[in-house]
Amino acid sequence: MSLYDVFSISSSAMAAQSTRLNTTASNLANANVDASSPEEAYRARQPVFQTVLEANGGRGVKVAGITESQAQPVQKHDPGNPLADENGYVYGSNVNPVEEMVNMLSASRTYQTNVQVMDTTKQLAMRTLQLGQGQ
Amino acid sequence: MSIINDRLFGIHDDALQLQERSLKLRAENIANADTPGYKAREMSFDRAMEAALQSNSAPGGAGRLATSDPRQMAGVSSSSIREGYSVPDQPALDGNTVDLDQERVGYTQDVIGYQTTLSFLNSKVSGIKKALGGQ
Repeated sequence: MSLYDVFSISSSAMAAQSTRLNTTASNLANANVDASSPEEAYRARQPVFQTVLEANGGRGVKVAGITESQAQPVQKHDPGNPLADENGYVYGSNVNPVEEMVNMLSASRTYQTNVQVMDTTKQLAMRTLQLGQGQ
Repeated sequence: MSIINDRLFGIHDDALQLQERSLKLRAENIANADTPGYKAREMSFDRAMEAALQSNSAPGGAGRLATSDPRQMAGVSSSSIREGYSVPDQPALDGNTVDLDQERVGYTQDVIGYQTTLSFLNSKVSGIKKALGGQ
């Protein structure tokens, strides 16, 4: 029955979107972390979504992997910082907070939509089960 | 009991299956709203219903499951339902063609259609019940 397939499709999307919310949270949390070299600086992480064909023939979503942003870390002159290198530079993360906020909004909206789809499908399935029980 | 043999539920059992199928496609599209390269799919309910009705007039015809006994019910075979790719208003840069608003509207329409079919089926069942009760 296709109605049951909807549950696995929507739940795969919810799992993928919550991974996206997780990466956004860690990006925002680490937005102000400094490091003493560009290699050690925190880089923004983004999940890559991929369509997955499920056993029931439904097409859900999975997170194919997490990529790190290739943007250059921000070089700041701050000789007083204990992490500063010999030239007095520290390297901040390459997280763009505005981008992350947009990502967060988009992820939460899509998550909500999938929850609604699941909820409505549940109601339809319950009604179908009660078919012919009324007067 | 000719009423039972002559397809008790009329076109409504086919309609329910087709609507279920359409709901699943919508759920897939909504789940993949952020997947790069995903192409949204939809089915034309009118055309699918037409095909189902045509195959009704010819029992065992194309699009229906084969039966080996006249008492068996021949459901709509899933391979006979044609699905197509939706034509996007504005495709995203990552190749995704899901229009989330359109999908939500379509989903709501499908849900209403499904519920309508359910209430038709319910009244059929209660009609038969009344006839059997003899009151």
